[in-house]
Amino acid sequence: MKQIFKISTVFLMIALAFASCNNGKSSKSNSALSSNVAEKVYVAPGEYDEFYAFISGGYSGNLTVYGLPSGRMFKEIPVFSQFPTNGYGYSEETIPMLNTSHGFIPWGDAHHPDISQTNGELDGRFIFMNENNTPRIAKIDLTTFETTEIIEVPNSAGNHSSSFVTENTEYVVAGTRFSVPIPQRDMPINEYKGNFQGALSFIAVEPEHGGMEIKFQVLMPGFNYDLSHPGRGKSHGWFFFTTYNTEEANSLLEVNASQNDKDFIAAVNWKKIEDYVNNGGGTMMPAEYAHNVYDETTHKATSTIIKEVRVINPSEVPGAVYFLPTPKSPHGCDVDPTGEYIVGNGKLSANLTVHSFTKMLAAIEGKKFDGEAYGIPILKFEDVLAGSVEQPGLGPLHTEFDDKGNAYTTFFISSEVVKWKLGTWEVIDRKPTYYSVGHLTIPGGNSRKPQGKYMFAMNKITKDRYLPTGPEMEHSAQLYDITGDKMELLLDFPTHGEPHYAAAMRADIIKERSKKIYSLAENKHEYAAKSDADTKVVRQGNDVHIYMTTIRSHFAPDNIEGIKIGDKVYFHVTNLEQDFDVPHGFAVLGQNNSELLIMPGQTKTSVWEPTKVGVWPFYCTDFCSALHQEMQGYVRVSAKDSNVPLKWSLGDDF
Amino acid sequence: MKAKKTIVLSVLIVLSFYQCKDNKDLQTKDASVTTVSTKSNEKQGQAFIKNDEGKPTVLSIAIGSKDHTTLVAAVQAAELENVLVNAGPLMVFAPTNEAFAALPDGTVESLLKPENKAKLALILKHHVTPGNYSKDFLKKFKQLGQASNENVSIEVKDDDVYVGGAKIIASIQAGNGIVHVVDKVILPEN
Repeated sequence: MKQIFKISTVFLMIALAFASCNNGKSSKSNSALSSNVAEKVYVAPGEYDEFYAFISGGYSGNLTVYGLPSGRMFKEIPVFSQFPTNGYGYSEETIPMLNTSHGFIPWGDAHHPDISQTNGELDGRFIFMNENNTPRIAKIDLTTFETTEIIEVPNSAGNHSSSFVTENTEYVVAGTRFSVPIPQRDMPINEYKGNFQGALSFIAVEPEHGGMEIKFQVLMPGFNYDLSHPGRGKSHGWFFFTTYNTEEANSLLEVNASQNDKDFIAAVNWKKIEDYVNNGGGTMMPAEYAHNVYDETTHKATSTIIKEVRVINPSEVPGAVYFLPTPKSPHGCDVDPTGEYIVGNGKLSANLTVHSFTKMLAAIEGKKFDGEAYGIPILKFEDVLAGSVEQPGLGPLHTEFDDKGNAYTTFFISSEVVKWKLGTWEVIDRKPTYYSVGHLTIPGGNSRKPQGKYMFAMNKITKDRYLPTGPEMEHSAQLYDITGDKMELLLDFPTHGEPHYAAAMRADIIKERSKKIYSLAENKHEYAAKSDADTKVVRQGNDVHIYMTTIRSHFAPDNIEGIKIGDKVYFHVTNLEQDFDVPHGFAVLGQNNSELLIMPGQTKTSVWEPTKVGVWPFYCTDFCSALHQEMQGYVRVSAKDSNVPLKWSLGDDF
Repeated sequence: MKAKKTIVLSVLIVLSFYQCKDNKDLQTKDASVTTVSTKSNEKQGQAFIKNDEGKPTVLSIAIGSKDHTTLVAAVQAAELENVLVNAGPLMVFAPTNEAFAALPDGTVESLLKPENKAKLALILKHHVTPGNYSKDFLKKFKQLGQASNENVSIEVKDDDVYVGGAKIIASIQAGNGIVHVVDKVILPEN
């Protein structure tokens, strides 16, 4: 009895101690006052965030724009998916953006946004982003925050080790996760081994306008090319790709692709291949892929199908490709700001493997090979290893860098970010994430000049982090202060879709260049009406073109008659406004696509095929002005055989 | 063995308390330095956004005109800048300096005094219509409802349009409406 009493007392004391401690602790993490955490993320009304973060929407197909440190979402930019909010992929002008060699595809799986670079530093001109499912690379212009170009990647499948840019944006690179028959053909799946190939595509970026063109594809053995990063500084001119499934399995990969103790990081000397190509090297092979370009002055996209692509077999260019053995199905492939270290995160390995670029060059020089795979020399693991971080966590995925020689790696299984020192490989700090983190981002953290200050981790699983919203929860992200030795958790914020990866940079450069309006004078849309006087309705057979304008607060014309069942009615709406942030919207009853949201100076077109006789209203969907509710009109739709004349007007009876 | 356990537990308890104390210290220390920055509301708002790309607003047109310095001074005194850059649409009848000068002596000086701010604002709002109509289109109207909540008459003589007795002598399209320059100050009835 006494014994029980004693034990209970002890427990009670401990319980009390922890309870009171918990109070202290919870006031530390929950109350802003105690640690100033809230102030670190507080951006006062009317003030701006210090950083932009561009977060991939994953299976939403889009890109979202956030501010850091507040975690506020500013915009969703449609990229690979139709977006009824503004008519992207529904308006006649933007439908071509989603064209592919497989036809119109309304959806995409966006993955890795990467900001263009000059001299290895983020220049804030463009963001490139890959579509994983139907391989494509998009370019978003950061003056308008609009998708202005999409190129399909032939011979690729599961466009995952993409879309990372070289240090002067010479190339945006797209590697295939799934190997496939090249060219595609009807063949038994179980003849994969030795027959399938993996294409690594180097898409040249025109320096002035950013136009994309596939310069060449390197046709590699049939492994899975998982992630990649360019060399930088001393290793500029090389590109590194992690591989898994070097077993070349075609079924039950969770077992069959985990048999080899080591897979490879493929090191590709793209400068060498570029020289070869510039001297006529490589082979043009038949292909079929779409190249879609949006023109800012015609406000219209065009889609061109290209019929051939230049391919290179690595054996044609000796010394261009090597394999660096890397343990256990490496996922992330990250290069430090100096370009010396290449980090391969073996998903199934307990240690992090770091290769040395200098040692790699020495091993190549000394021809110290450990055999070859499909003619590609394999270097010896020990010869290229710079060091390894021992037992840092479970399930390493991705690494980014700060400006002080530290690396930050995410661990999916142990749900944490681990900070470690380059060169000494010692673990400095670890912080939990909530939960099961995928990528992490440090502004400039995959460039020569990391901008530091913050790191955010993007998680796959949310569970109890926010008020519940049924079985489906938006994914959570956590923002950490990384200015000190230890990371400090500042903020949880929800992200949209699946935040696969993100690019972030200081706001100043982008902020200054952001466009406010499109110039009406420079509008070269073929159906633009630049004043109320230019408005008209033109019938061409069953096609009826309405040249329409909007200005606060009317449509011109706003009464239209003479439309018949069976007609295809094109509403070409030009927004005459030249004032910042005054879009007008357009919708007509029974429209089968989406509304239009037309920016100042822009022309957009919606097609309407009326199915019912009657008088149908249209109106402005964007609350534009004090007389927004008055901004409306009517279209009279008559029977197919009617003889109601074509007529249009504005304010005739006033 | 039992003794060992007790020691471990005691250490744990002490440590836990220590930790608590530590947090408390931190709390008081930081609480004293907490400040929340607030910005003054003056000179904030849409009127103060730098924008040289778009079409000028009715406000920037007035500011840019050497014939409207009195009007601009009045708008500033009445703190109506942000209203005049609003999405509108706004049709502003802008009396020239000469028109203001034609008012009885001392009228303008009196209106600009802080105690007459409301009166001044009402007079200025009497020069604003929610709408955007060209001079020609205005000929279709008999009267307009002004932001002062009173109506003004429209009269057409030959090709000239008079609004509340003031003649439109020029018109300039603005980003958020239109400015009609008039030769008289339009005074509300009340």
